[in-house]
Amino acid sequence: MLDVSHKENWLGRDVERVEDAALLTGRGRYMDDLGTRPGTLHMAILRSPHAHADIVSINCSSAQQLTGVAAVLTGEDITKYTTSLVVGVKAPVTCWPMAVGRVRYVGEPVALVVARDRYVAEDALDLIEVRYETRTAVVDPLAAMEDGAPLLHDGFARNTASDRSFRYGDPESAFAAAAHRISLSMHYPRNSCTPIETYGLVAEYDPGEDAYDVLANFQGPFSIHAVISRALKVPGNRLRLRTPPDSGGSFGIKQGIFPYIVLGAVAARVSGKPVKWIEDRLEHLMASVSATNRATTLTAAVTPEGRITALDWDQVEDCGAHLRAPEPATLYRMHGNLTGAYDIPHVRVRNRVVVTNKCPTGLNRGFGGPQVYFALERLVQRIAVELGLDPLAVIRRNLVPTGAFPYRTAPGALLDSGDYAGTLEKGIAEGGLAELLARRDAARAEGRLYGIGYAAAVEPSISNMGYIATVLTPAERKKAGPKNGAQATATISIDPVGSVSAHVASVPQGQGHRTVIAQVVADAFGLAPADIRVNAEMDTAKDAWSIASGNYSSRFAGAVAGAASLAAKRLAERLARIAAAQLNVPPDEVVFAGGKLAAKGNPGNALSFSRVAALSHWSPAQLPDDTAPTIRETAFWTPPELTAADDADHINSSLCYGFIFDYCGVEIDRDTGEIHIDRYVTAHDCGTILHPGMVDGQIRGGFAHALGAALLEEYAYGPDGSFLTGTFADYLLPTTTEVPEPVIIHTQTPSPFTPLGAKGVGEGNCMSTPACLANAVADALGVADIRLPMVPSAIAALIQGEERPAPEGLKARSNAPKATGAKGEKMMRGEGRASIGAPPEKIWAMLLDPKTLESIIPGAHGVEKVSDTHFRADVTLGIGPVKGRYRAEVTLSDLDAPKAVTLGGKVEGNLGFGGGSGRITLTPDAKGGTDLSYTYEAFVGGKVASVGGRLLDGAAKVIIGQFFSALARRAGGSGGAASGPGLLARILSLLSLFSGSKGDGK
Amino acid sequence: MPRLSADQRHTVAFTLNGLPVDGVAEPRMLLSDFLRQTLGATGTHVGCEHGVCGACTVEVDGMLARSCLTLAVQVDGASIRTVEGLAPAPDRLSVLQAAFRRHHALQCGFCTAGILMSLDAFLKANPEPDEAQVRDLLSGHLCRCTGYTPIVRAALEAAAELSAQDTAACQEEPAHA
Repeated sequence: MLDVSHKENWLGRDVERVEDAALLTGRGRYMDDLGTRPGTLHMAILRSPHAHADIVSINCSSAQQLTGVAAVLTGEDITKYTTSLVVGVKAPVTCWPMAVGRVRYVGEPVALVVARDRYVAEDALDLIEVRYETRTAVVDPLAAMEDGAPLLHDGFARNTASDRSFRYGDPESAFAAAAHRISLSMHYPRNSCTPIETYGLVAEYDPGEDAYDVLANFQGPFSIHAVISRALKVPGNRLRLRTPPDSGGSFGIKQGIFPYIVLGAVAARVSGKPVKWIEDRLEHLMASVSATNRATTLTAAVTPEGRITALDWDQVEDCGAHLRAPEPATLYRMHGNLTGAYDIPHVRVRNRVVVTNKCPTGLNRGFGGPQVYFALERLVQRIAVELGLDPLAVIRRNLVPTGAFPYRTAPGALLDSGDYAGTLEKGIAEGGLAELLARRDAARAEGRLYGIGYAAAVEPSISNMGYIATVLTPAERKKAGPKNGAQATATISIDPVGSVSAHVASVPQGQGHRTVIAQVVADAFGLAPADIRVNAEMDTAKDAWSIASGNYSSRFAGAVAGAASLAAKRLAERLARIAAAQLNVPPDEVVFAGGKLAAKGNPGNALSFSRVAALSHWSPAQLPDDTAPTIRETAFWTPPELTAADDADHINSSLCYGFIFDYCGVEIDRDTGEIHIDRYVTAHDCGTILHPGMVDGQIRGGFAHALGAALLEEYAYGPDGSFLTGTFADYLLPTTTEVPEPVIIHTQTPSPFTPLGAKGVGEGNCMSTPACLANAVADALGVADIRLPMVPSAIAALIQGEERPAPEGLKARSNAPKATGAKGEKMMRGEGRASIGAPPEKIWAMLLDPKTLESIIPGAHGVEKVSDTHFRADVTLGIGPVKGRYRAEVTLSDLDAPKAVTLGGKVEGNLGFGGGSGRITLTPDAKGGTDLSYTYEAFVGGKVASVGGRLLDGAAKVIIGQFFSALARRAGGSGGAASGPGLLARILSLLSLFSGSKGDGK
Repeated sequence: MPRLSADQRHTVAFTLNGLPVDGVAEPRMLLSDFLRQTLGATGTHVGCEHGVCGACTVEVDGMLARSCLTLAVQVDGASIRTVEGLAPAPDRLSVLQAAFRRHHALQCGFCTAGILMSLDAFLKANPEPDEAQVRDLLSGHLCRCTGYTPIVRAALEAAAELSAQDTAACQEEPAHA
């Protein structure tokens, strides 16, 4: 073996990152920082305001005529240049990157504009007129499978894309023999790790070679490259996909840019120019990609001592509106390790995949782990409660024994290494569990709500390309061909002056891969990391890569750094042979250290590294006969342990399995429901640690993501599929004041299956922490049913019971007419009064006169009288800086002149839609004026609903105030004050999509 | 304030990191876009365009501002500092920047520019902050990579270093080895 001086090893040291100087000084080169070719056009996308609707017509003519607009494309246009994206299961279903004939989620692309700049492109979006016929939406995965549920795709009966059952061991006998059968049903919500940099791309098309060139902040996996080239109808070598030098984070999410790569590529082809697109935050939140939400019923067969002998998983995975590749991978990523950290011999699984009217799902940090462990670790806590055992005792009793590695789980995972009990005991001792238990006792003695939660988990990393095929039956898999492995690659080059460069296809998203690769290569050559220049940009036309390349499944440390080590060692062996010939020693006595290759034990007999390294350039004839040049070495590495699923559906879904044991103490405010984390302890075994600072950084970052998922974050949808969390003021992320410093404890059991002994570590806390926090809350409150996110209002409901209904006397709203067009939309109801200094007859006449209405409706461009009781209007309204144009239809009914009238109407525009109806009553007051009173019901949807009620309320007050002032002025009165927002304003100001302050439907 | 026509482009001139700059902008152009696209100062990043994430924070006449909520025409004549102006020289890091590197207070670095701008201004006004004050200040910034603790540590260490430092003798670190 080559001898590298160990005291000089760079791996395992907390070196400063080579990436940081540029990033700290504003010299990063992120997607949107890179220059574009002159003449590059900019793309903007019109998106559906409806969760489920048929597209009746799209009129692009005004948009096309706007100066600066180069092209406007609809879904029909896209289908001319592409084929459907790959759907994750075999079914007669298509998946287009832009809606064709029908929209299935809020935010689905409906049309795109390319124009000279982004501002003009967005102007043009406002000019596209789309008419929709809405359908009933379904957002709940269990409801989606029911009889009569609205169908999203004809090819998915009962909205079910896949329904597979699995059986490992003898679960039936185990359940029959079990003393206890303990079960829990859970819902894991939708959330996303939301990188601060959004999607971005520049696409170009060369008609001469029928080839696309796309620069995008795509993160991999590069299996998606095949999906994109297939959709664009070109072979892979005619889709050059490149990535920028720096990425503003991904956490899996930037896998989901690929449908937009297809759109950008087609836009470039049609417009004949390079096309750039940078996603905005609203687009990102509502339509980039989401983690799956999942409904799980998990049942365990348990002995009286708390030993789990069998598990029965029933998982219903909600992949949103389209089953885009690689989904349903989220559901199968954990398949081999569905037994968690436990030795459970019998397992039964039923996995269903359903589609609903929500954003399609994709990669997201943790990828299937949060959903699985929230069920499994919550159940372990319930087992302890129901059997009167200590939860820690249940965990200890079931852990995979220390001497059992490598350990084959019932569903087929090969747990590579670990000392679960040892890591657990170390975590307990060093994290101070005894102290937390004492604090719980003390707090409870004072009547405070304090709980302790635990979670144990295995963290899979380096996924098997074949695990996704477990969704297919063995027969289908045979037909589809073999899939397995995890090809990683690294290339090391030596230039004519002997300096060393390395390239990896790991597509880093901020983790610091270049630093670690420099450490790895420096160690192999006896150099310093600063001597190694690492490039981690990806260019599929020039670089070594494989289908498994990219940044996902925590594969860098185990697979990519390992491949770099292999490449460096191969070169080092050849360099040693070259040096040996000149130093007159055997090759295995050549030592690499301090920039020299020296004879072992005789440091004076040495050559400089650069001289030996450059020889292959300058004088290849001098290479020893059996030695290949050292100019460039590319290593590919895939572990033999990652075999395809067998005929009984056993699958080793990942190569490495780290171990995590977490516990925490939380105190809950009895009045507010707020959760305060007293201490959070997380003990990890991720094998050999390559860079301690980065490992802790991954743990802290994953912990913060998990804390957000547990306490704050949810992609919220209304019953009609309206997306309700379209800003960072609605989709709340944890900040410095919410995230405590976790106590991190390490053990290191090297993986026997990776070149450097390292395993992944970036996703574990996303898997363990939500369950651990929920277990602590369950312990504090003594409740079984915990839903995420555990926002204060939900926790307060657990403490104090559901909010009581309002007293009877306050329920005076039953006379409000039903809003029309409502299909489960978010409803607002309200009532109010206003005094106007004119008699009812005058106001009545004004309300029926288009000219008057035009002058008093804020932003009205024209009110057209269709009939005496039917008006059309065109109105521009702004919410904060967001101004939009809306079309309105207003009808009057139940006229009782001049006393009362019912107004109904609906509005639609690019910022959203709304509708409602209300009864307005005019009563003469004592001063010759009128008391105007009203009740109403209204709904809003689309972009306006997404940006939240915060903005709507303020905007509504202004607009409604303007309406009443104008009405009063026009009526000749003294500006009778509006006492509140009115139905009239709501309907006639295009129901303005703004809720009144008296609405109660928020 | 001058009344500007929405249909026309207007000259905007100001001082950026001590140097005069100018360009033309429609009245609706955001300062963040003007800095990045017109002037090429791409160190300031855009994360949400609605003022919550803090990535685009810059200093306008000594006050912190979200450049995504500021129009370019509003800063005509102002003095603006951005992340590009923090380091004492192109090959040196400031005390704060060096502390960030030592503590791994950044991963992807996308939110970092705004955080550095806020901390730079904050530490000048509060030379000896405690952890709660730093956390409170940073609550106006979203970071998805670090879990924040390393940022807080770097800020506290930089504060200590800056207040111990003789103002005459700066000890910034070189940017590269």
